[in-house]
Amino acid sequence: MAFFMEVLISGLLAGVMYSLVALGFVMIYKASGVFNFAQGAMVLFAALTCVCLSERFMPFWAACLVTLAAMVLVATGIEGIVLRPLVARPPIILFMATIGLAFFLEGLGQAIWGTEVHGINIGIPDNPLPWLIQRGLMVSQFDLVAALIAGVLVAVLVFFFQKTRTGRALRAVSDDHEAALSVGIPLRWIWGVTWGIAGLIALVAGIMWGTRLGVQYSLSLIVLKALPVLILGGLDSITGAIIGGLIIGASEKLAEVYLGSLVGGGIENFFPYLLGVLFLWFRPYGLFGREIIERV
Amino acid sequence: MVSAIRSLWAGDHREGLSDGWRRATEDGPVPLGHKPPPKAHLDPHGRAECDPMIYRECGVFKATYKEDMAIFPIPLDRWGVGAIVAAAVVLVPLVANDYWLGSILIPFLIYSLATLGLNLLTGYAGQLSLGHAAFMAVGAYTAFNLSSRLALPVLLCFLGAGTVSAAVGLVFGIPSVRIKGFYLAVATLAAQFTIEWVIAHVPWISGGSVLGTIDTPPMKILGMAINTPLKKYLLTLFVVLVLTLFAKNLVRSKVGRAWMSIRDMDVASEIIGVSQFRYKLLAFAVSSFYAGVAGALISFCYLGAVQVTEFELFLSFQILGMVIIGGMGSILGSFLGAGFIVLLPIFINQAVRLTTGVLPTDLLSNIELMIFGGLIIFFLVVEPFGLARLWHTIKDKLRLWPFPY
Repeated sequence: MAFFMEVLISGLLAGVMYSLVALGFVMIYKASGVFNFAQGAMVLFAALTCVCLSERFMPFWAACLVTLAAMVLVATGIEGIVLRPLVARPPIILFMATIGLAFFLEGLGQAIWGTEVHGINIGIPDNPLPWLIQRGLMVSQFDLVAALIAGVLVAVLVFFFQKTRTGRALRAVSDDHEAALSVGIPLRWIWGVTWGIAGLIALVAGIMWGTRLGVQYSLSLIVLKALPVLILGGLDSITGAIIGGLIIGASEKLAEVYLGSLVGGGIENFFPYLLGVLFLWFRPYGLFGREIIERV
Repeated sequence: MVSAIRSLWAGDHREGLSDGWRRATEDGPVPLGHKPPPKAHLDPHGRAECDPMIYRECGVFKATYKEDMAIFPIPLDRWGVGAIVAAAVVLVPLVANDYWLGSILIPFLIYSLATLGLNLLTGYAGQLSLGHAAFMAVGAYTAFNLSSRLALPVLLCFLGAGTVSAAVGLVFGIPSVRIKGFYLAVATLAAQFTIEWVIAHVPWISGGSVLGTIDTPPMKILGMAINTPLKKYLLTLFVVLVLTLFAKNLVRSKVGRAWMSIRDMDVASEIIGVSQFRYKLLAFAVSSFYAGVAGALISFCYLGAVQVTEFELFLSFQILGMVIIGGMGSILGSFLGAGFIVLLPIFINQAVRLTTGVLPTDLLSNIELMIFGGLIIFFLVVEPFGLARLWHTIKDKLRLWPFPY
């Protein structure tokens, strides 16, 4: 039973990390209706920039700030160059544009900073806490800190969405672009803010995942871990991203441990997708996604 | 006899018309919303001067249902397509060398076929799929197993590859009945990862080699070995032509119209009686059939080996990119898009090499990645409806030539 709990808890904590990536998607999907495939590339770009700046030029905290500024710059560029000309195009065109964007950002990040693997050390040891070992659980300190950071991030985001003027404007835009525009909400600025926040989330996710995996090309592939989380939780729900992440993380680890050993392992890669499809069969818009009612 | 009746019919038809009407039909039906040519162009007898009409329906009389149903009603289309096919069959083998055949033309044709398949699903039936490469993998491994275990003839292997792939596509298409849009797109990724895993983990399918790379058995058709790039090219061309013709006719038929109605508004099409279940699943099956044949062709005619790494997620995105850049819902667009994406890396490579000289390879590959991504964005911004739309614009201009509108 202790073993089961351990797998479950490590799964839940891994799920929090998935949620971190999924949050970036949800932000952009809510505000601009764009399914931003480039989120993974943004994570890679942010992590690479941050780690290389801190290795070569400045202390870590300064590198984070500079990277954040760079991400805002990138967000502004995306808004101006990619999104504005494609306003009111079919969603699939925008989706394809973000795939192009993903290639571009991956290329840009690696062209500037090189392709070698970097390690990040943010001073949190990746070993189990002593007082948990005494209770028979091997849970990494780092995982707990990551979960804590994700929790803080979500709390800040929720506060921002619910209590600030900009947050209200963001919600209005996500509700109805045209109506928001007609009451005088500056759409361009809102989109800039949204992509900027997505950049911030990418930075946090990049640092956390980078510490775990090392900062390298494969970091952009964690997007594939976030996608089942998204469809399970609902594309436009922050709560969904969190709950979905927890469900996917836990079930993935449990499946790998208890089922994977029966069929030869490696089922982590596709099991979350099958689980997501299964959930969608009963709830076609995810657990918390907004149901779209169609009329002829 | 039949042709006599037909000419009589056509003759009768026009003979019986009043004089003015007759002139109008001889000058061709005037498309709705277009101005008739100005008076200055009429000759002294009051008949329009015959412009060198390069490309228009003008003067094309359809006297039978058969003519009305023709794929290319306009003569220039017929001649143009005929000329392209003739060039591909006769001229290319005379001119092209092995590099062109093996590294550009064969992949171009195969990717066109795969793109055509995805275009049927995404462009015509409106179902976004990100798992296309996996269905190609199914086709490749089916063809390999049929060929090496049962020693079936090559074309039968390809047919079997398509059929098995269609069956697998049918299974993974089932969620489309309930799920829509991006939810469906992500759900189709399940196909990608599950199929990759199954191929890698079931030795019976993958032939037991660790890396999953195995050479394809030699091909033979009617006792003739298909072993040179030229013969492989002709085989590929034959398969692609047959399947393209089939696709072209399919989308002009009841099935195609049902798909398009689903794409345009699925709720409305269901209400007028188009079975969503049947036609969505049919779209997945047909699309996967094409993908399967394309996958078999890739391993047999292009790579000469079957390997699962060839059919990864990146290929799915590439093919989706070909569909979108070529033009969704266009047979021609599938070929244009595939040509664009196949040639693009070669062009970028040459251009970068010519302009900047020697660069470290990893920097070069990253710059290539940037240009590739940038061009996709640029292209979507400039022509969001794809290359096929450019051709449509040209056609519309030609129809009205020499008048601007």
